[in-house]
Amino acid sequence: MNLLIKNGRVIDPVGKLDGIMDVLVEKGKIRRLGKGLKPENHNVIEARGKVVVPGLIDMHTHLREPGREDEETILSGSEAAARGGFSSVCVMPNTSPVIDKEGIVEFIFSRSRQAGLVNVYSVGAVTVGQNGTQLAEIGELKKAGVIALSDDGNPVKNSYLMRRALEYSRMFDLPIISHCEDSDLAADGVMNEGYVSTLLGLRGISSLAEESMVSRDISLAGLTNGRVHIAHLSCAGSVSLIKQAKKNGIRVTAETAPHYFTLTDEEVRTFDTNYKMNPPLRTQKDIEAIKKGLADGTIDVIASDHAPHSEQEKDVEFDNAPFGITGLETSLGLALQELVEEKVLTINQLVEKMSVNPARILGLNKGSLALGCDADITIIDLEREWIVRQEDFKSKSKNSPFIGRKLKGMAVLTISRGKIVYESMA
Amino acid sequence: MNRKTKARIMDASAIDRVITRIAHEVLEKNRQTKDLCVVGIRKGGACLAERLAKKISEIDGGEIPLGILDITLYRDDLTAIAEQPVVHKTEIGFDIRDKKVILVDDVLFTGRTIRCALDQLIDFGRPKNIQLAILIDRGHRELPIRADYVGKNVPTSVVETIEVRLKELDEVDEVIIMEGEK
Amino acid sequence: MTVWKRKDLLGLETLDAEEIKLIIDTAESFKEISTREIKKVPTLRGRTIVNLFFEPSTRTRTSFELAAKRLSADTVSISASTSSVLKGETLKDTARNIEAMKIDMIIMRHPCSGAPDMLAKTISSSVVNAGDGAHEHPTQGLLDLFTIREKKGKIEGLKVAIVGDILHSRVARSDIWGLKKLGAEVILCGPPTLMPPEIEKMGVRVSYDLREVMKEVDVVNLLRVQLEREKRNLFPSLREYAVLFGLNKDVLKGAKKDLVIMHPGPINRGIELSPDLADGPCSVILDQVTNGIAVRMAVLFLLLGGHTS
Repeated sequence: MNLLIKNGRVIDPVGKLDGIMDVLVEKGKIRRLGKGLKPENHNVIEARGKVVVPGLIDMHTHLREPGREDEETILSGSEAAARGGFSSVCVMPNTSPVIDKEGIVEFIFSRSRQAGLVNVYSVGAVTVGQNGTQLAEIGELKKAGVIALSDDGNPVKNSYLMRRALEYSRMFDLPIISHCEDSDLAADGVMNEGYVSTLLGLRGISSLAEESMVSRDISLAGLTNGRVHIAHLSCAGSVSLIKQAKKNGIRVTAETAPHYFTLTDEEVRTFDTNYKMNPPLRTQKDIEAIKKGLADGTIDVIASDHAPHSEQEKDVEFDNAPFGITGLETSLGLALQELVEEKVLTINQLVEKMSVNPARILGLNKGSLALGCDADITIIDLEREWIVRQEDFKSKSKNSPFIGRKLKGMAVLTISRGKIVYESMA
Repeated sequence: MNRKTKARIMDASAIDRVITRIAHEVLEKNRQTKDLCVVGIRKGGACLAERLAKKISEIDGGEIPLGILDITLYRDDLTAIAEQPVVHKTEIGFDIRDKKVILVDDVLFTGRTIRCALDQLIDFGRPKNIQLAILIDRGHRELPIRADYVGKNVPTSVVETIEVRLKELDEVDEVIIMEGEK
Repeated sequence: MTVWKRKDLLGLETLDAEEIKLIIDTAESFKEISTREIKKVPTLRGRTIVNLFFEPSTRTRTSFELAAKRLSADTVSISASTSSVLKGETLKDTARNIEAMKIDMIIMRHPCSGAPDMLAKTISSSVVNAGDGAHEHPTQGLLDLFTIREKKGKIEGLKVAIVGDILHSRVARSDIWGLKKLGAEVILCGPPTLMPPEIEKMGVRVSYDLREVMKEVDVVNLLRVQLEREKRNLFPSLREYAVLFGLNKDVLKGAKKDLVIMHPGPINRGIELSPDLADGPCSVILDQVTNGIAVRMAVLFLLLGGHTS
């Protein structure tokens, strides 16, 4: 399908483009950029008043297939991603079975081809079965196509093993995405440790549980010259550690998720399990630090940490509920509302956090609208106001704390490799 | 509230005369104050009970044990009334077993309050008998209950109410008939 | 005049001082009933109350059960071992099933903080929290307030120490809310490992020196120390705990003569409290148990009596 996107404000931070122009897409690639392009056999998309950006990439997604297809599948997750403006997602390997073998990576890709919507990339496990004792066959995983390694859901607790993983993965230039949590310090906690946990009598997870692990991983990355990417950063201490590490030239990158710059642990007072995630919601002070870290470039990426859970699993006592919330369909809206509308980031910077930087970290030929790039494009209406509604979710799971929230700005068209995978231009 | 005073039917001296008369009647019927006790129903009945007990001992010389009942917990309309009743203490500091109990209330109307009080009294022990003393009997009984001692019979219509005001609670002794919706 | 308007009693945090006073005042009227020959009034005749206990508890459950029975309510007790929770049924399903049997109230004890809040949102019957995790134990808090007022004649202006494992104690949290709302000063005493973070924000003082604390307080409430805390290295040994935070005659030197000693029970004699003090003239521990029934009767009455449901 050949497309001509007319009159949109085209933003491509890589090519330092920001202006009204047309984008011509042929055979799944960006063919031409310019003013007054004429359609031949192209479908014309009128994008006047809207923003045309490189397709968004969610580098931290849980799609639950294989294993928990009742909560999400690669198909339903792809639909949710497309609706959220993502033309690519990277799935985490904590499925059942774990993505620690070539065959399972191939299974993911084959399901993704059947879905035929967004690009689905796979992260491979660092250790066999993510059990933290034996390195997975990283070379084989690389050959099968994984773009990063992670034991996400769990930290690589053993520092020796983490060191070896960072060293070994260097020869494949694969980043290790680290779930930073010292589980001894976290001590079976279920929410942030602080005044609110004291009042509620819920077991707290100190920020230190994250910071001490961030600190360790930074040191190990420095020692090994490996690449570490800190997942779902939640607290002020982690921001300053990473800022310092970057100054010291250590190869560390970092991401946060929208709930960490929108919600605090005060929300847990309702005992609503949709406010239970790991790491936990922190405090206003942490929100401020994260926003600052996003603005000054310490935090490279905003990722959804989309974690679908079935209603019966989430609708239980706070202690007994699993961690995590869905995010694919709310991430862009929350980022636009809380960061762009509130002037923390420009729309150009937001595109860096949600497309350019993920592509760079993962080594994808994406994140740009330069000629010859994959035609992954997201069209955003910055003015469109909408309300997050449970019945609108494409995701199979509805565990979102943002239901009922009013947001300004949303994706109205998502193109993946030249194909329209979601549209709501009206 | 849309009520107005219809008539003042008793004043302080009338009330006092009635209590004196009832004291004599009680003594006439029971002969001696031994085994006798007086129990009033909160709030009006409690004040009257105290006056009656005092009057009886003035006449007879003996000390009369005095108790107070709060019948809230025995009401049969707890689930139906919109306003939440305030529970006060029941104070019966003596054993009522084998006693002759003079139960005192200000107005006898449907008889339901007396039913509650009887139930409650019997939960404190088995008295020898219970006699009922009432300042005003206004009729309209809904239960087979009658008073042994009546201060004044006042035939009323249902839309009327009787208000007994006592010095201990209202700074004046009088009985008023009120008219109109409550 | 304050009127009770709530469907549930979930904690003291959400109550205002007037509501707390209403419960205590009402309890005062109820105390006499338990001294009668026939310890029963017909007030809640025909009402059904379910005790749903997910943790073992003899004392609280018995107290609630007696309170209900003395008000003539019908009671059913379900403990975790007999409930279908073991068959994998969720709390919400259990609650909906119980409610379908047309009951009027569920009294619940649960190991998870917030479980009663969840229950209260799920069912339209009344819910009384009989202790949830380390969150709240409102009726214990209320009976402590009732007992202090009974012994001291007031609560405002008193200095009250709560000693021991504040971190895991729902009693401590309910006590702190109640005491602060009624104008008492609260001092917490225990090892730093058993103090929850930022507890001072509740308006309390923290001390690690029991002897010093005992010199200034009017009331001391000792919390039960759980034997398993030793294993989690929250303190080195029970022996050392008893030396530092156990109350005995020696520690009481310099304490006020009319000191009131409280304990929510069951007591570890010789650990948090020496036996001579537990049974001595300052101890009001058994009064707490007696008052517990009156307070719970008041709670059941206010929640179920006197308004159309």
